[in-house]
Amino acid sequence: MATEVNNDPLDREYGTGAAGQYLTFMLAGEEYGVEILKVQEIKGWDRATPIPNAPEYVLGVLNLRGAVVPIIDLRCRFGIEQVPYGPTTVVIVVKMQSEEQERTVGVVVDGVADVYRLEDSDIQPPPEMGESAHTEFVGGLATVEDKMVILLEVDRLIDFKDMQPMGAQASAA
Amino acid sequence: MSIDIDIDEITEVFIEESLEGLDIMEHGLLNLDIGAADPETMNAIFRAAHSIKGGGATFGFAEISEFAHDLETLLDEMRQGERPVTREGVDLTLQSVDCLRAMIRALATGEDLSGEAATLRAALAAMLADGNNGGVATADTPVTASDEPTEAPVIGWTISFTPKPELYVHGNDPSAIFAELQRISSTEVSCAGFDEVDFESMDPTRCALRWDIVLHDGVEREQIDEVFSWAIDDCELIIEPVLGEVPKPDVPITSTEPAAASAPAAATPAAASAAKAKAKSSGGESSSIRVNIDKIDNLINLVGELVITQSMLSRFNGDFDFTQLPALREGLAQLSRNTRELQDSVMAIRMLPISFAFARFPRLVRDTGNALGKMVDLQVVGEGTELDKTVLEKIGDPLVHLVRNSLDHGLETPEERVAAGKPETGVLELRAYHEGGNIVIEVSDDGAGINSDKVLEKAIERGVVSADEQLSEERIINLIFMPGFSTADQVSDLSGRGVGMDVVRRNIADLGGHVSVKSERGVGSTFTIRLPLTLAILDGQLVRVGQESYIVPLVSIVETIQSGNENISQVAGDSELFRLRDEYLPVLRLHELFGIEADSTEIDDGLLVVAEANGQRVGIFVDDLQEQQQVVIKSLESNFRQTAGISGATILGDGTVALIVDVPGLIQLFFDRIAEQRRHNAVA
Repeated sequence: MATEVNNDPLDREYGTGAAGQYLTFMLAGEEYGVEILKVQEIKGWDRATPIPNAPEYVLGVLNLRGAVVPIIDLRCRFGIEQVPYGPTTVVIVVKMQSEEQERTVGVVVDGVADVYRLEDSDIQPPPEMGESAHTEFVGGLATVEDKMVILLEVDRLIDFKDMQPMGAQASAA
Repeated sequence: MSIDIDIDEITEVFIEESLEGLDIMEHGLLNLDIGAADPETMNAIFRAAHSIKGGGATFGFAEISEFAHDLETLLDEMRQGERPVTREGVDLTLQSVDCLRAMIRALATGEDLSGEAATLRAALAAMLADGNNGGVATADTPVTASDEPTEAPVIGWTISFTPKPELYVHGNDPSAIFAELQRISSTEVSCAGFDEVDFESMDPTRCALRWDIVLHDGVEREQIDEVFSWAIDDCELIIEPVLGEVPKPDVPITSTEPAAASAPAAATPAAASAAKAKAKSSGGESSSIRVNIDKIDNLINLVGELVITQSMLSRFNGDFDFTQLPALREGLAQLSRNTRELQDSVMAIRMLPISFAFARFPRLVRDTGNALGKMVDLQVVGEGTELDKTVLEKIGDPLVHLVRNSLDHGLETPEERVAAGKPETGVLELRAYHEGGNIVIEVSDDGAGINSDKVLEKAIERGVVSADEQLSEERIINLIFMPGFSTADQVSDLSGRGVGMDVVRRNIADLGGHVSVKSERGVGSTFTIRLPLTLAILDGQLVRVGQESYIVPLVSIVETIQSGNENISQVAGDSELFRLRDEYLPVLRLHELFGIEADSTEIDDGLLVVAEANGQRVGIFVDDLQEQQQVVIKSLESNFRQTAGISGATILGDGTVALIVDVPGLIQLFFDRIAEQRRHNAVA
């Protein structure tokens, strides 16, 4: 029991309920996976309406059949260099759970890749890489056909806590 | 378990209906003329008490039903003319209404109010005993007598459950009932027998079994009744308590309640003519709304028309040639009419008359007036004016505040009034009416008015305004709404108003409304609240800044002007002012505040939208005006979060999202920015 010290509650959750189907997508040459049950739909990229004084990675909001849904750019969120959106650029609409509220959020990625079925044994906890790396988004790593798939922790993609209504970004502008 | 939920829902209905009944009673009681009670009013009060008694008994709230029974007895004597309607009687009844209301509310919170109830019941009993007719009091007491608690502790129950054959057909499942019983107590179920059926004629949908059930815990009778409440019409049920140490001959309590179950609902005319629509709102206190059946019928008619239009339009689906164009146009016009009417009707469902909010005031004015030794005549105009339920629920507190204020600070004592040459009785008027897309509520009194000199003095003292500022009388009086202007102790020595007025203003602003005051010394004051009819739809002006479109609520816009650079002056290097006739207003550049690219930053090239919020006017600089339109408000928070200066979003005709500007929030954001800049400059 005590041999594996893992203080991250979400990682522990991965130890038990991680098996299942995963949708994978490409981002800057890497393959990422999200639990397929969290994916609501995939849609083409459309210009979003920007939200004033929102963090840079929040591109704005889109109309998703009557619901107003925020769109985030995953490259920007991960601090990866920006590329112009191309024909394969898609928005993966996911349901995230944050602050005891379910929110629907669109994530812009380079392109959709595949759907895999993963067993518990395929999934490893994320490696310790220190505070600096964006490991908070990584729920686990899986190996599929000798490729590494990074399993994404969807619930953490938008940090609502660091966005106060009067954001720091606002005053800097 | 589904049984639980259903019961809760029914209980909720009971609570709601009872509270409405209590409101009817209170209203009626306040309108009663002592000594010459109107029989119609008396009957209405009596019926309401009766419904609460019946409902209470049905749902197993014995305390409530017993209390209501005593009250009903008293009211019945008054109604029959056997007892004069006295001031004491009315007061006691009013107190009882309050207590019952608290008890019914306590059903949700689980508070214990038995002490207060007992005192009032004793007082009721004393009054009843005092009367010339004691017979009525005891005539129908058996209703409560059967629920009398037995001395010995109940340590268990035996239930004989004999279902009628139709049990299954009506959707009841004995095993679910047993499971539910098992949940509340340890339970033993045994089959007590079955009807002989031969195999050929056996019908599996008919129940042929009987059961004996023994509960080993002393649970509440109500809990058992609740479990059986769906099946009760389809079975014979004998529930007997198993008593502890002091065994007494068992009193079999056979279930006779179901017959009474439908009575309370039919008793009030309101309930009979009203249908009930359910709308669960997240976090709302009350989640249902009673809708007049006419509104529903109207809605159904409109949907019918919509279907007809749809089938008409679907003709064009296949092969279309241009000779059909006029017909298509006509169809589309009809569709747009249908849509608009449907929208209006759906909105109307959420609309309730403001009398719901006004209902509490006769009582409040009477009590507060008595306490202050003032004579007040309350006049209510426009009770039937309808407004959105959400708005209605939230407007109550600010209104109470304003009415209290008028009573406390506005109206004078009878002596002062006579000295001022006015009639002894002061007039407090509540008036509601529609104006444009808004509802206007006025609270006016013919009291002393607001002393603007003292207000200004206080405002300067409190640092709300500086001493050298030139302010119009109107501006000064409206200073009472400024935060920090007053707290109770500072106002007590001031003959004007101002207790927590900033809170009133904030509450009203949260509803997208606006409050202002007009006052004339010695003549009286009028507070005017202006509210949008609904929170779901807004009349907006589309404005464009660079590539983006924003919606500015029309109610906030005063005018739109094209101004030249020559009218702009830089004040102290950081803020811009522009001159609008004889006023100087700050310029608020939307592109700077929202951090977006504008076509041009020259005032010459764009437009200034003069907007007002909380008495503060500003000019919002935008590139261009687009059309005006009604927009449906969508929350940004549901998927994102609150954003400063933005109250929500909407979807435009082309499917894109446009953000709705929150004018008060925007002004606040602007001031915060300036303050920040100043701090920044000071450091540098």
